[in-house]
Amino acid sequence: MRVIVDLTRCQGYGQCVFAAPGVFALHGQEALIYDPNPDDAERDRVMRAVGACPVQAVHVDGPVTPVAKGKRRARPAAQNGQRTRWKGRIVIVGASLAGLRAAMVLRREGFTGPLTLIGDEQHEPYDRPPLSKQVMVGQVPPDHTALPRFGELDAEWLLGQRAVGLDLPGRQVRLADGRQVGFDRLLIATGMSARPWFKPEEAALDGVFVLRTMEDAAGLRRHLAATDGRVLVIGAGFTGSECASVCRELGRPVTVAERGPAPLSGALGGVIGAIAADIQREHGVDLRCDTSVTALEGDSSGRLRSARLSDDSTLEVDTAVVALGGVRNVEWLDDSGLAAGVWGVACDAGCRAVDVNGVVTDDIFAAGDIARFPHPVYGYQFVTLEHWGNAVAQAEVAAHNMLCDQSERWPHLWLPVFWSSQFGLNIKSVGVPTFADQVVIAQGSVEERRFVAVYGYQGRITAAVTVDQAMWLPFYQQLIERAAPFPPELATAEGPVELRPVAAEVSDHVAATQNATVVVTGHDPGERRATLVRRRA
Amino acid sequence: MPQSSTPTSVYEQVLDQSNRANPYPLYAELRKTPVARQDDGSYVVSTYREIVALLHDPRVSSDRLSGPDVGRPGEDERSGEPPTSFIHLDPPAHDRSRRAVMRHFGPPETPGRIEGMRGRITEIVTTLIDGFEGRDQVDIVHDFAYPLPVTVICSLLGVPREDEPRFSKWADALIETLDPRTEDPERLLATTQREMSSYLNDVIESSLANQGDDLLSTLAADDPTCGGLSRQELLANAILLFVAGHETTVNLITNGMLTLLRHPDTLNRLREEPELIDPLVEELLRYEPPVHFALRRIALTDIDIAGTTIPQGASIVLALAAGNRDPDRFDNPDRFDPDRPDNEHLGFNSGIHYCFGAPLARLETQLALTELVHRLRNPRLLTDPPPYRPNPRLRGPSHLPVAFDGVAPSS
Repeated sequence: MRVIVDLTRCQGYGQCVFAAPGVFALHGQEALIYDPNPDDAERDRVMRAVGACPVQAVHVDGPVTPVAKGKRRARPAAQNGQRTRWKGRIVIVGASLAGLRAAMVLRREGFTGPLTLIGDEQHEPYDRPPLSKQVMVGQVPPDHTALPRFGELDAEWLLGQRAVGLDLPGRQVRLADGRQVGFDRLLIATGMSARPWFKPEEAALDGVFVLRTMEDAAGLRRHLAATDGRVLVIGAGFTGSECASVCRELGRPVTVAERGPAPLSGALGGVIGAIAADIQREHGVDLRCDTSVTALEGDSSGRLRSARLSDDSTLEVDTAVVALGGVRNVEWLDDSGLAAGVWGVACDAGCRAVDVNGVVTDDIFAAGDIARFPHPVYGYQFVTLEHWGNAVAQAEVAAHNMLCDQSERWPHLWLPVFWSSQFGLNIKSVGVPTFADQVVIAQGSVEERRFVAVYGYQGRITAAVTVDQAMWLPFYQQLIERAAPFPPELATAEGPVELRPVAAEVSDHVAATQNATVVVTGHDPGERRATLVRRRA
Repeated sequence: MPQSSTPTSVYEQVLDQSNRANPYPLYAELRKTPVARQDDGSYVVSTYREIVALLHDPRVSSDRLSGPDVGRPGEDERSGEPPTSFIHLDPPAHDRSRRAVMRHFGPPETPGRIEGMRGRITEIVTTLIDGFEGRDQVDIVHDFAYPLPVTVICSLLGVPREDEPRFSKWADALIETLDPRTEDPERLLATTQREMSSYLNDVIESSLANQGDDLLSTLAADDPTCGGLSRQELLANAILLFVAGHETTVNLITNGMLTLLRHPDTLNRLREEPELIDPLVEELLRYEPPVHFALRRIALTDIDIAGTTIPQGASIVLALAAGNRDPDRFDNPDRFDPDRPDNEHLGFNSGIHYCFGAPLARLETQLALTELVHRLRNPRLLTDPPPYRPNPRLRGPSHLPVAFDGVAPSS
């Protein structure tokens, strides 16, 4: 059977572990690790876990009629009927988390027309977060993370088919084999790929891995099982840090090379980054910040042997995990007329894609890692959120909006929530921590590795990060939603009595769209047009 | 209740024994003012979202020593006091104490302990129902719902079952201190805790001498310098586990049988679909929860909520059972519906004080109701509503006479 836990909702109550201790486990006080594909003999216990979860975050295979979170008061059927009167063909490009979720919501909302999902991977949709945790450590086989509810969905699946072009006026998606797939409405959910090591011949060495797909995970797992030398993790974002944690758990010597000042600092700023650095070192990681890897070197048989670092050292390593983030899968949208580039696909808060002229389209939608949308809570800035929870929430909004009239459309006003489990700690975040000028430890104890950090921007709370304190996250979410003042006036049950905000040490991000070069032509308003000039590498 | 010239508040009516059998219409009245100030300066909160918000609000204290004047108790205030159980503590003391007990009760260190009791609990349930043979009626409370959890908690903690006459008296006294209407509960509490501590300490000593593997002696063997509890802390928590394991599960099982007998279609369905028991018990925890009001909380600062400001130092009464019937959160909230999706009920509370014994209560209730329904032939209520215990917080029938046409053998 298939199991998935919505870890954006999980608060670490541990009730699933009590109910099915063979399937669920707590890693430390609240980081939940589970088997996404347990034996059918566990079914009764897993079903008890589903019922027992206090936040109803455990889901299994079943009919495609889950109740959407937060939509408690269902509209009467008649109204539903009205809302879903739209008829036509829907094509979803991207058959991963966002694509699958959108398809499920389309059916749940009563869409009965033809529905096609196109995915470049051979596999049915699977869950990626376990790849750098349960799978990498060897508890769960790489092909055991398929997402529930795939089988029950009434849809045409074109898997192992890469979309290579989009013809907007002709309403066709072009596939690699030359086939054309027509649509009336399209959802773009092609997500990201792992950013490859920048020297292809070094990336090809046996022992050099990226970690994004099931194949990546399978290869890395096999290699880890067959080797015992030092592991070099290149990049200390969430994936890199989780990999380092797993390798330490496996007893491997680990070096982490991070170009920035601290692990996780890109996402959480330098203050939490410094704490993350301490945690890594406490767990025996040879952490080198402000350090980049300049070369990976192999032996005559093409096996990775060593790595050169910018601190002039050379390390003997037999494994290197390249964890340098991702690149958005937009090549197929080149020349499509959409405002798509390395920054993703621009869309409005209702998930409707924007064309190169900056005009919103009616029938093209985007969701997930690839969608760049304006977030009202963050100054209407365009953001892309590469989070599991965003893929789910945005796919639901996109699917809903694909079926209804303007007046009934939902805005994607989801506050970002994400989690990471590493070194036995559960790190969760709400809001946008990089949208900050100050940060303060509001609850708990950094020394005991259980605390809440609150982020503020110009006197307003914009984000919070919890370490093994997930139960408090909803409180801070409410503060962000209410635009509560920063620093928070907290007479909390547990000090510190005096809050001491410090600089957030968030790096100045150069907006990815600054790379967009646009040429404008024409004079009359009716003929003014923008053209994206792409820089080819 | 004596006639009074001042109108009685809705909350006071809830406390009135005459409304014990069906407080739910009053809860609907309560919800009309989500955060309602009472004459004594306390605030009753009765709507789902507001209750959940306050249960996750770090400005709300569960510490008995927090008060209007003292605010958050410092180490000095604490030093003269006997240790208290984690239910009355705030972080970080709460987290440390609860985790110390959890180490031997559940995850991460002991994940399989409760599931491992399934066989033993089934045995106890079976034996109790075997005892119904030859009778045509029983009192579900006295003959089943009380002896089951008491036997289970004794077995878990390592307390001799035959001491029941002694500890049931203490348990009753402690339950009474939780009744909002009890006068001078602190004195009753102190006396009872003293007697129970002394008794449980003897139990622990004798179990340690015999190298028992029960929960209490395992906890006692933990080193306080390595995350374990001092003996005084252990005893405070032992009293909590012992009493909480008594009364609340009795009510849950009794409420469950009562609810099933009031919903014969569901009862019949459960005979055909045994797996229905899991969502059914969750729905029971929403529909007829064993704990109607959370323990008193204190606002550590002014808290703005639902258009009201709860002032610093005010007592907060969270009406969990009213939140469970909030139509803004649950469709058709007064309908008992085991198929209800997305049932995030408050039957076990929420936040850091989420019921410690929830997994055990669930397991006992699932097994108990399953067996009752499968083995009692044609069970029926003899009185509806049944008589209720006086306590409005831990609400449940004092007796539940049920007639039946025979007992099927256990499968």
